[in-house]
Amino acid sequence: MKNVKVLGPGCKRCVATAEMVQQAADKIGVPVSIEKVTDYAAIAGYGIAATPGVVIDGRVVHAGGLPKPEDLAKWLAA
Amino acid sequence: MTAPTLISPAPGVPSRPARDPRSARWVAATVAALAGWAVLYSLLQPFADWVVAVLPIPPAGRLHEAVAFFAYDTPKVLLLLAIVVFAMGVVRSFFSPERTRALLAGKREGAGNVAAAMLGIVTPFCSCSAVPLFIGFVSAGVPLGVTFSFLISAPMVNEVALGLLFGLVGWKIALTYLAFGLGVAIVAGWVIGRLHLEGWLEEWVRNVRGGVAELPPVEVTVIDRITAGLDAMKDIIGKVWIWIIAGIAAGAFIHGYVPAEMLASIMGRQSWWSVPAAVLLGVPMYSNAAGIIPVVEALIGKGAAIGTVLAFMMAVTALSAPEMIILRKVLSVRLIAVFVGVVATGILAVGFLFNLLFA
Repeated sequence: MKNVKVLGPGCKRCVATAEMVQQAADKIGVPVSIEKVTDYAAIAGYGIAATPGVVIDGRVVHAGGLPKPEDLAKWLAA
Repeated sequence: MTAPTLISPAPGVPSRPARDPRSARWVAATVAALAGWAVLYSLLQPFADWVVAVLPIPPAGRLHEAVAFFAYDTPKVLLLLAIVVFAMGVVRSFFSPERTRALLAGKREGAGNVAAAMLGIVTPFCSCSAVPLFIGFVSAGVPLGVTFSFLISAPMVNEVALGLLFGLVGWKIALTYLAFGLGVAIVAGWVIGRLHLEGWLEEWVRNVRGGVAELPPVEVTVIDRITAGLDAMKDIIGKVWIWIIAGIAAGAFIHGYVPAEMLASIMGRQSWWSVPAAVLLGVPMYSNAAGIIPVVEALIGKGAAIGTVLAFMMAVTALSAPEMIILRKVLSVRLIAVFVGVVATGILAVGFLFNLLFA
């Protein structure tokens, strides 16, 4: 089970990113638990400068804009 | 505060084949689309003439003038906006807030303010990301004044404002807007930096120790860049087209019906108070530079002073009430007041200077 955090104050793109993570995980068959982090202080703690951000098992893999589905799959599979 | 995560360096990312055979096709299609764009653009005047000729309107009347204005300007503005937004989308695929932050961290004030204002134009930025960006910059060692230069320039000198000014009032005014917008961002950020207001940030912001996340490298192909341009075009045109049409319709009405003397007396050069009035009027308005600019063009045509009009636009884009509400989460009320005061002063200066220069 991979723990995925989607960092973002709740904007449209943050919601879309969370959905993309779920889709990518389903596609490659990796079980995930997705958690949305909306608190600004908590987001800032990850050291990113743009949202949405994606953190997989504690590692920041993406920040700013929508990630590409194939990149998500790659990160989830790693 | 939040426990910072362990940020390990990225493992080797298997790179995709460097030469994707689809790239050539994408580039060719883009070139063909640009050629098609040029053809459409050259047909604007014949198209407008045709529309006016087809409609049962008495020639050389007021209605005739208004309809001709509308039929020519609407497709022209949409075409020019589309190409500017597309180009900006492609350019922005070369930048990211993370990269901009790395470029600005530890920069000295002065040179840092100039770099921040210029990066503000090309870095992808959305106001929903303003707070994370602000904290991300400040906690990574970007000086406060430099951060402000970025935050002022990013929304003010945007592709929609530039594209529309270029389409409606010409490249000279568009370039001047660009130059003076940068000037306001640089000077206002520098002044805020000199005031040393770091203590006026909200306390939790001062305590954030996020460090800088190291992201795994992501390969961006030519296709990705073209797609980024197309996405930006779809996104922005989809959002603003209705405002543009409404704006041009209002502009067409002013063009045909509002007497020049009336506007000139309200918004002309002679009335000194028109610049501050324009700034006050602009602050509560938000983001729809698109709907305002066509009106702006018609106003200029009828004798409103350029400086007044530009000050109005800058106030609309740089000082918006919703953005201040967002920033209130990280800035104290005093700091927001200083921010608004410094930026408004800069915009006023631009307005007066312009009215003086372009007599």
